[in-house]
Parts: sequence; C-alpha cells; structure tokens
Amino acid sequence: MRRASIESWECLSKMEDLNLILPNIPHLHRLPTYEEYGGGYQALRKALGMKPEDVVEEVKKSGLRGRGGACFPTGLKWSFMPKQAEKTKYLCANGDESEPGTFKDRQIFEFNPHLFIEGSLIAAYAMGVKTTYVYLRGEYHRWSKLLQRAIDEAYEKGYIGENILGSGFSTEMYIHRGAGAYICGEESALMNSLEGERGYPRVRPPFPAQFGLWGCPTTINNIETLANVPIIINRGADWYSKIGALKHTGTLLFGLSGHVQKPGVYELPTGVLLTDLIDEYGGGVPGEKKIKAIIPGGSSTKVLRGDEIDGLKMDAESLKAVGTSIGTGGVVVMDEDTDIAKVIWRITKFYHHESCGQCTPCREGTGWMEKILERIWRGEGRAEDLDLLLDVANNIEGNTICALGDAAAWPVQSFLKKFHSEFEARVKRSAIAAVS
Amino acid sequence: MLSEVNLKKFEELKKRYPTLKALILPVLWMIQEQEGYISMESMRYVSELLKVPYGHVFGVVSFYTMFHQRPVGKHHIQLCTNISCSLLGAERLYNRLTGKLKVKAGGVTSDKKFSLEEVECLGSCGTAPMMMINGEFYENLDEARIDRILGMLK
Ligand SMILES: Cc1cc2nc3c(=O)[nH]c(=O)nc-3n(C[C@H](O)[C@H](O)[C@H](O)COP(=O)(O)O)c2cc1C
Ligand code: SF4
Ligand code: FES
Repeated sequence: MRRASIESWECLSKMEDLNLILPNIPHLHRLPTYEEYGGGYQALRKALGMKPEDVVEEVKKSGLRGRGGACFPTGLKWSFMPKQAEKTKYLCANGDESEPGTFKDRQIFEFNPHLFIEGSLIAAYAMGVKTTYVYLRGEYHRWSKLLQRAIDEAYEKGYIGENILGSGFSTEMYIHRGAGAYICGEESALMNSLEGERGYPRVRPPFPAQFGLWGCPTTINNIETLANVPIIINRGADWYSKIGALKHTGTLLFGLSGHVQKPGVYELPTGVLLTDLIDEYGGGVPGEKKIKAIIPGGSSTKVLRGDEIDGLKMDAESLKAVGTSIGTGGVVVMDEDTDIAKVIWRITKFYHHESCGQCTPCREGTGWMEKILERIWRGEGRAEDLDLLLDVANNIEGNTICALGDAAAWPVQSFLKKFHSEFEARVKRSAIAAVS
Repeated sequence: MLSEVNLKKFEELKKRYPTLKALILPVLWMIQEQEGYISMESMRYVSELLKVPYGHVFGVVSFYTMFHQRPVGKHHIQLCTNISCSLLGAERLYNRLTGKLKVKAGGVTSDKKFSLEEVECLGSCGTAPMMMINGEFYENLDEARIDRILGMLK
C-alpha cells in the first residue's frame, strides 16, 4: 500500500509548485485518506515523543512567520507562553478571515482540515494548552460544518481529547462561531468576542500570553500558520527553512482576485515573482490590458502601481523594501480601466463600517475619509480635499488602540501618493464643472 | 425560548466554557435559527438564561451585523460589493436585484419573500462577484445567473 505522502509530494511536484498545505489528493478532507496519503497525524505522534520546549525550538528554527497579516515569528510567539502556569492555557485559532481580498483559510477547511487540526494539536502540546477555540467567521457556516466533521473524526480516533495516543497529554478543541464583524479577527477583539463581550479590541500591554482569555495565558494563531506546523515537525526545521525566501520561509496560499483570467488560491513558495503569480498562474489580465494597480496582501496593505512590479518578489522583506507588506497574501489586480477613486472610496467605506468606535481618530476619521472620497469619486471634490484627506489619514495612523486604524489609513495614504496626478485632475475637473 | 433540543445542546455547550456569558453567541445563534430574528423578548430570555443584564445582550446583538432584530424575507439575499466583487461588476448585479425585487438594500419585499442587503467581503473574492442567500454562497455571478436563481426561489 502507498503510504505517508509528505515525502513523495516533493518528488511529485517541482520545487516551484510545492503543494504542502493544499496537495492535489482527492478526498483528503476525510480522515482515512489523510491517514493514508496525507500527514496522517504522524507529526503529532512525533511531537508527543519530544519535549514541549523542543517542539517550540523546532518551529523557531523553521523560520515560520504568522500568516494572519502581521508576519510575527510563530516559535517566538509560542515561547512567550509561561512554561508552568497554575492557570489554564488557551489557543485561539483565528479563522475570522474577513480582510477583503482574502479567501485562503477557507480552502484549508475544505480540502485539508486535518492538517490544520494536527497543527493545532501540536501547538497545544508545545504550549501546554488545555482548550483550543477555533474562531470562525459567522458566514463560513458551510466550512464550519466541514471542519466540525473533521474534528469529530479526530476525536473518535483519539487524536483529540483525553490521553492522546496514550501520551498522557489531554486537550480539547471547539469551534466558536462569530456573527459578522471584521474587527473580531483582531486578536484581542477575538478574545472579547469569545468571552461574550462586544468585539472591542483591548489596550496592550498586558499581552495575551500573560493575560488573554479570561485573564489566562493565551496564544492566537492564524489557521494557515497552524497548518504549516505538521510539515515542519515531519520534515524538520532544516528542510522547511530552505523553502522560499530566507527571512520568510515556506509556502504561502496566495489569493489572487480582481482582473485576472484565472483567479483563485495558489500555493507557492514565498519569494515568487508577483508577475509570475499574475501571468503564469493567474493567466494574465483579461483582454491583455495593462495593470494599473495591485493590492499585494489584502485591503489593508499599501497599493502598488503596475509600473512598479517588475522583478518584485512576494515575501515579507521584499515588499517591505518597496513600502508595503505581504499581509494575508491576498493579491487584488486592477486593470488600466479601473476607477481608482472608486476603489479607495469602497475600501474606506469598509473600514468606516467595521470600526468598533472606541477611538475617536478611527471612528471619526474613517467617516470623514469615506465622505471626502465619495465626493471626489462622484466628481464633486474640492482642491483642498486631497490635503485634508491626507491630514485625516495621518492623524489616525499610530493613534489608536488597534491596528484597524492603521489599516484604514495606509490604503488612503498610498492611493493618494501613487495616483496623485489622477486625483488632482479629478478634483480640478470638479472645480471647473462647478463654476461653468 | 430555546426549544427542547436546543436546551439540551445548551447544556452540552456549557461544558466548553468556564463562564455562562461566553455562551451568548452560541445561544443567540440558536435563537435566530429557531425564530429567524432576535426579538426584545428573546433578548430578555437570554439575559435571564445567562444571568447577564438585558443591556449587555442588546449591546452584543446590535454589535454583530449577522443578527437581525426584525424579521427578514424568506430568502435573505446578501450581495458583496467589496473590492474584488466590485471590480467584476457587483454594481450591475445590485441594479439587477433591486430592479427585479423592487426593494433597495435594507428592504424586504411586500410579500416578505425576499430581503436584500449589501455586505462586506465574504471570502469569495476568487469567485467574484458573489452573494449569499440564507447562508448559501452563490459565486461567479452575472445578470443571467441572478435571474435564474431568483426564478428558482419559491
Ligand atoms: C482589524 C484586524 C483584523 C484582523 N483579522 C484577522 C483575521 O481575520 N484572521 C487572522 O488570522 N488574523 C487577523 N488579524 C491579525 C490578528 O490580530 C493576529 O495578528 C493573528 O491572528 C495572529 O496569528 P499569526 O501570528 O499566526 O499570524 C487581524 C488584525 C486586525 C488589526
Ligand atoms: S482603532 Fe478603530 S477598530 Fe481599533 S479599537 Fe480603535 S476604534 Fe476600534
Ligand atoms: S470582495 Fe466580494 S467576496 Fe471578497
């Protein structure tokens, strides 16, 4: 019988399309298939035979960084959890996935849920976690059912629950359903939401590893982050750390959308060329139109112009070098006919709608920006509007409790900067129209 | 009130959390699934069930966009108009829907069959434009598909 396939994936696929998280194996979402052809909880077995701190060390060495948007080193985050603790320790798996342009975690629930479950269990073991809550956005009801079925299968086989695989380690895993609020993907708002509060972000410090869920040590990780863990444990940190970019290792699930022939999720090593992602994998822009703009990592990341992307690699450091970030890996492509003013208005409307309202600069600022952008888009803008917009955005940035404020300011700042002449022409035209 | 089946579920769910308050989202979901929306009376019930003030329950219900405080149509249509969907013509679809249903976003048709809502990104940007009807995703839409889907819904 054919067995344990992570080994053979490498032979099956070229290094460039290394499908570790989403291999093309039919019915992989069912446990028997996962046991035979997928990771098969071998990594969990291996981890349970290691010391918890060695598991953390291995993840550190792998270079794995969070896939939820902030790119924080995962092993380092885990090491912040107190080793001994009288209090219960928690893990929150963040499946809120609400950043516009992002649709990757959904694929994991659908096509490889056991990989994610196994990764969460290894994380739980490494940190001594008693309960894992998988926080799922309310709209992912279908995927919640798929994941629940996988969790049930894993419970039945003794991979979750009491005395896992005879190791003496026990841990539980539950799905918690959100109810429509982008802000609940922010880690501290997520914890408040779980506790039964409104989803308001918390002021930090204290940080979750000290004072998280119900005041207990808590770690929050993205779904895709956790799905990488079994691969690291199975193949070893040395092997894993050779994939992709030096300082941002592994593969990413790139979500490609907008004006491309073949939108979808593509798993590729970090450091892949953006132009390859768009042209080779995405089939290029329909009608062979030129690219006007690209959002590289979800709506919160700063926009790039089409003439800036030659040779640009898709990893944290390369994008940082050009003033933006990899975010969630959600790439939105806009062709030459795109109305840039309308796009940035729509993005800002989103942030205004999703602001929880706790901080004045965010609550008021996003509202002002939406209003100003709407009149610019509709051709009723005034010459002073552009400066005013920038002022408002700058006033939000860095002055708020959570990063939603920055996430709202960055797109506005970058769209204005990158397409300044277009915005200027737009408000000038409006002024002429107003007097004539 | 929670049905008997849901009360049993509630007792099971209690074991998962260290506090009663944490059950507020699960309980509100059960109520909305039972009744279609969350009335003031239901909120009072939840407040007693979970031993939290009424004002807290109201605060939570109004915080989350998926909870309805009044009945929606039999088919609740939620159209994504965020960036990727917008780039691929969500506005045209919006016009088609409002034209056919004769309601604007936020409205319910007079026969209570349909309600329409404009929503933020639902994580289907790769299959944009899209809408959700009673929790089901309808992806890769165009006007003709909208017509067909509306025609199928009784
Ligand atoms: C407004 C806002 C929304 C967020 N939404 C999500 C989300 O939906 N999913 C997610 O994994 N992280 C989200 N994050 C990031 C989380 O706060 C957190 O950094 C992440 O879940 C940590 O996991 P990682 O280290 O594995 O990336 C959001 C952050 C902000 C500020
Ligand atoms: S920055 Fe915005 S979303 Fe974040 S806490 Fe402040 S008001 Fe709420
Ligand atoms: S933008 Fe419509 S589903 Fe993401």
